[in-house]
Amino acid sequence: MNQRSWVAICFAMALLVAAPLGAQSVADSILEARTTAVAAELRCPVCQGLSIQDSPSELSQEMRGMVRDQLRAGKTPAEVKAFFVSKYGEWILLTPTAQGFNLLLYILPFVLLLAGAVVIIVVVRRWTHTAEPVSLPPTDSP
Amino acid sequence: MNWKRASLAGLVAVPVIVLFAYGLTRDPRDIPSPLPGHEAPPFALQVFAPGQPPLARAIGDTVRLAAMRGEVVVLNFWASWCLECQTEHATLSNVAQQYVGKPVHFVGVLYNDDPKSGTDWIAKMGGQAYPATIDPHARTAISYGLYGVPETFFLDRAGQVAYKVTGPVSAATLTRVIDSLIVAVPQVAR
Amino acid sequence: MTGLLAHDALLVSFVVIFFGLIAVPVAVRTGRRDWMMLAYSAVYTNFLLVTVAVGSMLYALVTHDFSVSYVAQVGSRATPLFYTVISLWGALEGSILFWAWVLGIYAAASVWVNRRREGNLIPYAVVVLLLISLFFAILLVGPADPFKAVFPVLPDGPGPNPLLQNHILMAVHPPLLYLGYVGYSVPFAFAIGGVLSRDIERDDWIRLARRWTLIAWAFHSAAIIAGMWWSYEVLGWGGYWAWDPVENASFMPWLVATAFLHSVIVQERRGMLRLWNLNLIVGTFVLTILGTFLTRSGIISSVHAFTTGTIGYYFLAFIAVVLFGSLMVVAGNSDRLRTTGRYDAVASRETVFLLNNLFLTAFMFTVLIGTLFPLAAEAARGVKVSVGVPFFNRMTLPMIVSLLFLMGVGPALPWKSSTRAEIKDKLLVPAIGAFVLLVVALAAGMRSVYGSLAFAFVGYAAMANLREYWIGMRARRAAHGEGWGTALVRLINGNRRRYGGYVAHLGIFLVALGIAGSQSFRTEREATLKPGETMILDGRTIKLKELWGRQEPQRAVIGATFDITINGKSRGTAEPRMNFYPTSQTPIPTPDVKSSILGDLYFNLQSIREDGSAATIKVIHEPLVPWIWFGGLVVVCGALIAMFPGGRVRETLTADLPR
Repeated sequence: MNQRSWVAICFAMALLVAAPLGAQSVADSILEARTTAVAAELRCPVCQGLSIQDSPSELSQEMRGMVRDQLRAGKTPAEVKAFFVSKYGEWILLTPTAQGFNLLLYILPFVLLLAGAVVIIVVVRRWTHTAEPVSLPPTDSP
Repeated sequence: MNWKRASLAGLVAVPVIVLFAYGLTRDPRDIPSPLPGHEAPPFALQVFAPGQPPLARAIGDTVRLAAMRGEVVVLNFWASWCLECQTEHATLSNVAQQYVGKPVHFVGVLYNDDPKSGTDWIAKMGGQAYPATIDPHARTAISYGLYGVPETFFLDRAGQVAYKVTGPVSAATLTRVIDSLIVAVPQVAR
Repeated sequence: MTGLLAHDALLVSFVVIFFGLIAVPVAVRTGRRDWMMLAYSAVYTNFLLVTVAVGSMLYALVTHDFSVSYVAQVGSRATPLFYTVISLWGALEGSILFWAWVLGIYAAASVWVNRRREGNLIPYAVVVLLLISLFFAILLVGPADPFKAVFPVLPDGPGPNPLLQNHILMAVHPPLLYLGYVGYSVPFAFAIGGVLSRDIERDDWIRLARRWTLIAWAFHSAAIIAGMWWSYEVLGWGGYWAWDPVENASFMPWLVATAFLHSVIVQERRGMLRLWNLNLIVGTFVLTILGTFLTRSGIISSVHAFTTGTIGYYFLAFIAVVLFGSLMVVAGNSDRLRTTGRYDAVASRETVFLLNNLFLTAFMFTVLIGTLFPLAAEAARGVKVSVGVPFFNRMTLPMIVSLLFLMGVGPALPWKSSTRAEIKDKLLVPAIGAFVLLVVALAAGMRSVYGSLAFAFVGYAAMANLREYWIGMRARRAAHGEGWGTALVRLINGNRRRYGGYVAHLGIFLVALGIAGSQSFRTEREATLKPGETMILDGRTIKLKELWGRQEPQRAVIGATFDITINGKSRGTAEPRMNFYPTSQTPIPTPDVKSSILGDLYFNLQSIREDGSAATIKVIHEPLVPWIWFGGLVVVCGALIAMFPGGRVRETLTADLPR
């Protein structure tokens, strides 16, 4: 048995010993983190704009509770989101699903950024390769 | 002025203006519910305000969707702090009485409120014909995709959500929708 | 009575505006100075008339004259005087009136300062300013008339929107925003005036445009920060930016104006980017109108959107006129705006400015696309979708960290070209700063990639910026034998534009650290406590001492008092409250924020049990948030330093004087 396995076994034993003390709270904090992640992606129906994670409204608190319960029951985040979409429509998602027409939303900014970059490259090339400046009017240049 | 180039540039503005003009014809607050046409989410709600005979149910009774299969259900979400709920309250009670003996159930669901305020409110408004229920943790409200109160859902005799009204509901809408749903024979008869 | 007076003033302003619009062409055709002065006085008179209208409105508000429709809408005898006065801009009609007034101030001031200027630039700019004023005058007698007569007159009104009478920042944020937003009308007028008057071939219009853009930009920056602060202090969710359409609407013109303030330097120094700069000025103005349209028309739902009637159609028509008009004017004259300068090397400050503009405009387009996408999706698919915080964060964070990086590279790279060794030294040394801040962030528990990058790049850029001061001060000490303090003051004074810009950059770094820190290190806890019970957050013990309530004239208040202790030592109390207004269905929170230099402890009362036995409280520990507000102040200081003219000239003068 090599050294690494020993470390692993010690670690596992330590975990076993600590389990009654810590497992519950570790599981809780993992669940809480997953709940937060899903809740941050869902839009609060009564405040419009905030996620149910950020919103202090009572409905959002209840919806967060529902997210937590469903995750605890073993649903995946995608399934939880699908549940809310089936009730509220796509509106409830703070980021539209990346498919079909919605792809435009994700692609367009990068297309524009790239197009701008290409323009800059072309223009800088042209400017650096112009040996003579194009007719400099006397009023120009500080 | 280079007019050709100028008009070409002007054309760029057209789609933007058209999009805005289209936007002005829409109401951003009117978000269509995906529920109509789908099976109604089940519920089991506890009665806190009995309603008046003959529609009364005992306090503490559980109103189950499953028990109302084959009949029309009008599910009205409301709260005592909601101003618009006052305007539709009498209408709902009157129409509910009108349909006594017909295959229609009216159920009030208290949203984000406590039963005591709800009971006081009903007394202040002069009573309510049909029973009102509580919805702990707004579970039923969320499963119906509630945005606010008042909202009214109409469930058909096949157990599907047929129609949803956001905001105060009118007597005309109530009778029109209920009549059409009573006539429609359940397609899935079991 | 006051309503009638104001109505008459607004009607007379119509006549005055039309008179001015006729006087300008006459003056330009005939070259007569006296007609020109008449046209200018139309601008001043319009300002006076709108001032009369604003004065009447204030008088009506303060005297509770409920026969005036706007007072009947937002006034109430129970509202404190202070909130009564600031309700001037609390609802749609009043805000349009206020807008018209600020426009009047800007138009009058910009014309007055330049009244002796030769050429036709100012007269044409006057036409543009008068046309914008005309639009607001039409709104004020039409769909946004705040002076409609009400009958019968009611004894009292509902009072302002509860959200708007709940915090003192409501007195600060809107006026700043209008002073910023409306201020962009002036450079826009100069730009269009410059093109139409053919003065644009001379570059002096750009100096005017820059000065006025900078004034507006300073107010606008302050307004954005104040708005963040307001939403942090009032809305109760512990955040300051939600990518709400209204926030986006105010942010987009800021991005473009910022791009302009940078690329204008290239035009002034190198004679390049003239057409591009014109586009940026026009774009800034169009985006301000677009933002107003989005928030006033009810086209996009948002927290601050005003309820509306037909005003959206008026704004749509105005946007159409402005868009078509300026696109045609700019494109039709683009031949006269060719680059005259020349580019020497790719590795130069010019290139960094180009990249800065690329990222700022791409940033703006991303925000624009995200804001308008729900509309487009509904048009194309008939489905309502949302575009919110996760989208905007994901898409804009790469651009934000790129911009932070460029802020370090830009000041380091010299103009034109430079030697390889020079560049190497300038670019490599600031890496120390990057390393230091990165280590600090990681040691503090930073786990997010963008958060780490933000810290590193801020460290890099801040070091590069501070090094510029250092080099300049050292040179002055060597040359003039000055002390460090004197050297710093004289250095900044000697080139206010440049060092003002660097000061603004330092402010941005503070804001960036505040945002990165509070987003990455934020911890929060929600608990329901009974009096005497405690909760623990990040080593702070928070004990609910008592729950209380009181009745105030315009509202009922329920509050909770918490004792904060760290390691057994008392660290004061917090008193978050909930306010119940008769006009609001839901309570309006007043969170309590306990600030220190390292961060905030944010208390928000979420709910109180009906019988008063327990309260649900959310406590958020948000490190570095106060840095955002302080950084905003530094940005504005930088803008003020850069705004005042004459630095360079005075330096050469004083340098020649015997000491």
